[in-house]
Amino acid sequence: MALTRRQAYEARVKRRSTTIAAGSTLAVIVATLILVPLAPGWPAVKKSFFNAEVFADTFPGLLNAFLLDVAIFAWSAPLIFVLGLLVALARDVRAPAAYPLRLFAIVYTDIFRGVPVILVIYLVGFGIPGLGLPRPWNSPYIWGTVALVLTYAAYVAEVFRTGIESIHQSQRAAAASLGLSEADTMRYVILPQAIRKVVPANMNLFIALQKDVALLSFIGPVEIFRQAGVYKSLMANFTPYVGAALIFLAITIPATRYADYLLAKQRRARS
Amino acid sequence: MTALLETRSLQKSFGTNAVCKGIDLSVGRGEMVCLIGSSGSGKSTLLKCLNLLEPIDDGEILLDGEDISIPGLDPQPVRQRIGMVFQSFNLFPHMTAVENAMLAPRRVHGKDRATLLPEITGLFERFGLADRMAHYPDQLSGGQQQRVAIVRALAMKPEIMLFDEITSALDPELVGEVLDALRELREAGMTMILATHEMGFARELADKVCFLDAGMIHEEGPPEQVLSNPEKARTRAFLRRLL
Repeated sequence: MALTRRQAYEARVKRRSTTIAAGSTLAVIVATLILVPLAPGWPAVKKSFFNAEVFADTFPGLLNAFLLDVAIFAWSAPLIFVLGLLVALARDVRAPAAYPLRLFAIVYTDIFRGVPVILVIYLVGFGIPGLGLPRPWNSPYIWGTVALVLTYAAYVAEVFRTGIESIHQSQRAAAASLGLSEADTMRYVILPQAIRKVVPANMNLFIALQKDVALLSFIGPVEIFRQAGVYKSLMANFTPYVGAALIFLAITIPATRYADYLLAKQRRARS
Repeated sequence: MTALLETRSLQKSFGTNAVCKGIDLSVGRGEMVCLIGSSGSGKSTLLKCLNLLEPIDDGEILLDGEDISIPGLDPQPVRQRIGMVFQSFNLFPHMTAVENAMLAPRRVHGKDRATLLPEITGLFERFGLADRMAHYPDQLSGGQQQRVAIVRALAMKPEIMLFDEITSALDPELVGEVLDALRELREAGMTMILATHEMGFARELADKVCFLDAGMIHEEGPPEQVLSNPEKARTRAFLRRLL
């Protein structure tokens, strides 16, 4: 079928921009491949960061250590979701008797969003086992994870609260006009909509959490970052860190793309 | 005959803006009353006050002779007796049409889905929506959504129904199907209060038309009188503007 004048023009423009984009990308890659090895320190950097032999030797061990990161993520994520939701709901309670709860929720989010994660991990991870708890309750693995949960739940709570507030007042009015109680209105009308709305925002927080699990290495658990450090000292070579970075990227890039996709889908649905 | 719903010098203001300045309205059982008037005349606010979505400042609202406007009164039991349909439908978008209709009877009356289904199905059939029960609101036309909203309110078996300009957000060709639903309700003897701009409809079916102006009922009476031979100059001016 013959193209209209407009279609022919657009096809021409598109072909031209694709060619230019491909050409300039190729030029940048070639320049990098040629120029970087020309740097005076390149042989040394190549030997200590991109050593194929060291990479092959340490990669399986790194993958194995990464399982601990995955495990910490897997059991902290649901806890963060639940705690974050509870804190968000506590901030919405209007009953006078529940005022302390509301106050607690406000103070909680302020404190844990205001302190760097690594500080919370140190304070909780070293401080609480320091109370002299019996095994296994003195494990830095447990308290480090608790620190992550406390910090991230504060962020997730704020995300949920934004979601709850974004549901239009008319939905509450409709629920009220049917005689539904406030609790039922929240549970069946507001929350299901709010939670769906903030899925992309929460996805981004959980991707950040996946990376921050590595911070627990500072208080003990031998997860991937610490394992890479062990290999580095053993082999006097930084390649294990590059391997660790690649493993993180293999998880976080697809997850980030998926979150972006969800966001774009939501925007399309709204327009 | 005592009125089913009655207001006595109902007053409501938002901040310094007095929206209802002493409204006396009386609706008998089985009656249909239409509230007309320009936007901002207090029609919508009056309806919201009637089912306690907005607390009133002063005056009384009597439902079947019982004061429901006592400050601090639990509004839930009252709202279960008064159904409301909104201009913008306000269906719950994450639920199918049938789930929208079942939510309140399930949670408030504690009935389960199986018990409710025959009755709810009957309501959907009555309003020509039998094949739309499993659809989500965004899969329905505006007219269908508004009829689902009517079904949802009726599922609570209210004694009286309030309609807040329910055809104003619809494309003109969809208005008819919603008015037909109201006609059907009228024939079934439902007590109804409508805020509306559909003068033809009001003339055809209303027992009483109230013209609201600046927060007061300026003129009221049978439709042929208020709409065809209004006594007051402002009513005449309002009707002239509509034509």
